[in-house]
Amino acid sequence: MSLYAFFGAVEQGLLFSIMALGVFITFRALDFPDLSVDGTFPMGAAISAILIFNGVNPWLTIAIAVAGGAAAGAVTAILNTRLKILNLLAGILTMIALYSVNLRIMGMPNVPLLGFDTVFTSLENTGIPAYVANVIILGSVAVLVGIFLIWFFHTEVGLALRATGDNMKMVKAQGASTSRMILIGVALSNGLVALAGALAAQVQGFADVSMGIGTIVAGLASVILGEALISSLGVFRAVIGVILGSIAYRLAIAVALTVNIGGVSLSPSDLNLITAILVVVALMFPGLRSKIGAVGR
Amino acid sequence: MKKMLVTLLAVICAASAYAAPVKVGISQIVEHPALDATRKGIIDAVTACGYVEGKDIVYDVQIAQGNVATANQIAKKFVGDKDNIVIGIATPNSQSLKQVVEKSGLNIPVIFSAVTDPVGAKLVKSIEKSGGNITGVSDLTPVKAQLEVFKEFGLNVKNVGILYNPGEQNSRALVDLAKAASKELGINIIDATVTNSSGVYMAAKSLVGRADAMYVPTDNTVVSALESAVQVAYEANIPLIMGDTDSVVRGALAAKGFNYYKHGVQTGKIVCRVLKGEKAENIPVQFQNELEFYVNLKAAKEMGVNVPESVIKSADKVIE
Repeated sequence: MSLYAFFGAVEQGLLFSIMALGVFITFRALDFPDLSVDGTFPMGAAISAILIFNGVNPWLTIAIAVAGGAAAGAVTAILNTRLKILNLLAGILTMIALYSVNLRIMGMPNVPLLGFDTVFTSLENTGIPAYVANVIILGSVAVLVGIFLIWFFHTEVGLALRATGDNMKMVKAQGASTSRMILIGVALSNGLVALAGALAAQVQGFADVSMGIGTIVAGLASVILGEALISSLGVFRAVIGVILGSIAYRLAIAVALTVNIGGVSLSPSDLNLITAILVVVALMFPGLRSKIGAVGR
Repeated sequence: MKKMLVTLLAVICAASAYAAPVKVGISQIVEHPALDATRKGIIDAVTACGYVEGKDIVYDVQIAQGNVATANQIAKKFVGDKDNIVIGIATPNSQSLKQVVEKSGLNIPVIFSAVTDPVGAKLVKSIEKSGGNITGVSDLTPVKAQLEVFKEFGLNVKNVGILYNPGEQNSRALVDLAKAASKELGINIIDATVTNSSGVYMAAKSLVGRADAMYVPTDNTVVSALESAVQVAYEANIPLIMGDTDSVVRGALAAKGFNYYKHGVQTGKIVCRVLKGEKAENIPVQFQNELEFYVNLKAAKEMGVNVPESVIKSADKVIE
């Protein structure tokens, strides 16, 4: 892997860690498998891209994208808590609905931003090469989001949210509203996913209605890889784990891209399979580690 | 030992005295017959102009498996490997390549293929002058000429149902062209949209009774599930005209289009010109100019359509 591709993987890892932190809120803290992210990720991209296309300040477009994502997440939560639709299905319904909504937002399936000013351009204009500028901005946003989440999970609402994920019956018995916690958690999660989507559109130079494909897979892989890298006790370590997990996932793809093709029977179309195998191998490490530890004892 | 090292060094120096092979990165969005044919056409045309694979030229073919984030990482890999030229097959891949190459500051030529609307996708400033180290071939099809095929069959068509995925930029562009041409042709356009290949059958069925003909542009989703549309056309006796000739072999009535292998060859010729030293920005974007007319007689029978002698005479290929 070249240094440039390595930087590229780190950059993508940081970008997608913001999305993965959103997935972490629902999947781990809230115990709510939320598939709407495959729709809210491109939604963030769609909102940001069409607004930039029409001359709105790039930073402002990100704020609007976050609001849009949070609103979509709220829809999923309401489908689940008010209409009693299974959480998995509620997410799927929002996701497929967002496909049409995203096409409406953009007015076309692909909004190009090539040549437009984005949040990355201002730093690049100071003479910093793009790949460094991208890492600086995406890294800063990821760290800020991480700090925010660590703070949030220690607030009263954050604690109640974690309690809801741990033991919903107990929280209900205490007289607290689990529905409210689900609403806050899923909305916050999808707000972050849309934030990542908005940044993705700006860094890659376009928004495409198909860009949500595989978002949830990347999110879950990052969360699980993060847990494999850092045994997660406590919010602080978990958040760091998700960010590192996301970078590790993108590095796995970068490695998969360099696997020598044209050899015996591997073809470029095997990329997904190679990536999955690499992730599985990575997942086997903590098990091996604990086995070795047990022998050592 | 020392002697061995010196010999080894001498061998390495001698080897590097020969020109290193040209590194070409090809990024394709998904595997799919038309795009695969395009890729094959590109490589064949480059071989035909004198670059032997493995000796003068090495290809790094990557397929993003439909994932835009992966397409982006593929672009980064190519730039990191300092490829001498990069080729994007389909729109999002080409956009990724352009963005990554430009941001890297390296002046790697980008050649695109199978992009319907390169100006709208902001790949180039205009067809004549790209305004960057980029050029390529557009696969925009002549929609009006394709819709006129109904008339060539002597069919009095009023309502034409168009099957497409509104999530594909290329299809949107083609449907807009069809709507623009519809007034001149005196027909009504009825949209039948799908979001995935499993919806094609239902969408085609929804046209029965509403449309007296069906038209499918070069839409990836519908073409990948074409058999569903063909089946409806056979059951309900609705003539089905396509935007690509490969689909005629699969059971559609007729098409005036180009084949993607030739599209690839045309792209490969541009790649060759750039490899031989021409600047990509000085080569205008090309369109497919060689159209072929395919007719399927078996399909005509199934759809209850009479094929006039004149059509058979003008066809480049008649499928019995």
